[in-house]
Amino acid sequence: MSDSTIITHGAPEAQHHEHPSYQRHHFESVEQQADATNFAMWLFLLTEIMFFGGLFTAYLIYRNWYYPAFVEASHQLNIFWGTANTAVLISSSFTMAMGVYFAETRRKGWLVFCLVLTFLLGLVFLGIKTIEYSEKIEKHHVPGFHYSVSAFTDPQSDPEIYKEYHDKPMALDMARHTELYFFLYFAMTGMHALHMIIGIAILGVMIFKARAGAYTAGHVTFVENFGLYWHFVDIVWIFLFPLLYLISRHQ
Amino acid sequence: MSEPIQHGVEHENDHGGHEHHVTPPIVYLVIFGCLLTLTGLTVGASYIEMGVFNPIVAIAIGVVKATLVVLFFMGVKYSTKLTKLTVGAGLFTFMVLIGMTLADYFTRAWGRW
Repeated sequence: MSDSTIITHGAPEAQHHEHPSYQRHHFESVEQQADATNFAMWLFLLTEIMFFGGLFTAYLIYRNWYYPAFVEASHQLNIFWGTANTAVLISSSFTMAMGVYFAETRRKGWLVFCLVLTFLLGLVFLGIKTIEYSEKIEKHHVPGFHYSVSAFTDPQSDPEIYKEYHDKPMALDMARHTELYFFLYFAMTGMHALHMIIGIAILGVMIFKARAGAYTAGHVTFVENFGLYWHFVDIVWIFLFPLLYLISRHQ
Repeated sequence: MSEPIQHGVEHENDHGGHEHHVTPPIVYLVIFGCLLTLTGLTVGASYIEMGVFNPIVAIAIGVVKATLVVLFFMGVKYSTKLTKLTVGAGLFTFMVLIGMTLADYFTRAWGRW
């Protein structure tokens, strides 16, 4: 027999006060539990910020060293798709925030609606990313995979980009460093897309649980913390977009 | 059986003790509008020749957008002191790490040409 059994017998009612089923026993109150969970979620997000921070630092160092290569390589990115995707992601953050609101105000139908919208906007983002990636594959701009510098040593060989920016031909040693730009482009947007895929998968489960009423009975912690994750992924893109797409469009 | 959030569904200060803040939709809508406007602004700014200020303007707009998301969408403005301190301390550490690293790399060649 363990000690705890004896203690429980010793103080029957006083030890165990009543609480909602979703409150863990080791928390004093629902509020304390919510605050602790929120704190933990932020600690997780900070590790994520440090993780992406490493990629951003690498990007800034190489951009500083090989600026001309980064400018011309960035002209290969489609500004229309980039801007559209930023709008899509911001919209999905808005629908997620509204989802949290409807969970808090216990409106199941609206919550499910917002989660489905967030889910769909996430898929649209990935769809646009797929269009962009496939263009890079077609043009041999995937680093380490039959990479071609011809669009940079001879810009006129890529007439669509040339008529817009009139880039000057680069010497081979600088043109080679466009591969570094695309390496960082795929590493950063790829890691961001992976976070989107994980988020969309969790959203899929959440939609079913929300339909069953799991988040509209007073316990909204999970929806709130997922919202934090989703907004964090949005913030990463808010910095990726100007750094990768908008280096220098005026030339 | 006490369920603290039960009464205070849409109203704040409906029940005693620690509040669970509910951000009204109008706040989310205004922030959403601001974020879209700033996105347009950052695209427009990239087409204007500003020399060294181009990246500075781009980063500054990004920082404003991120701040809006953190404060309102992520609700840090209405959160506990512990959360605010955590976010602040985390960002500070992040800035130190990035700042020190870049200060090293950007100044290695100084005075060598």
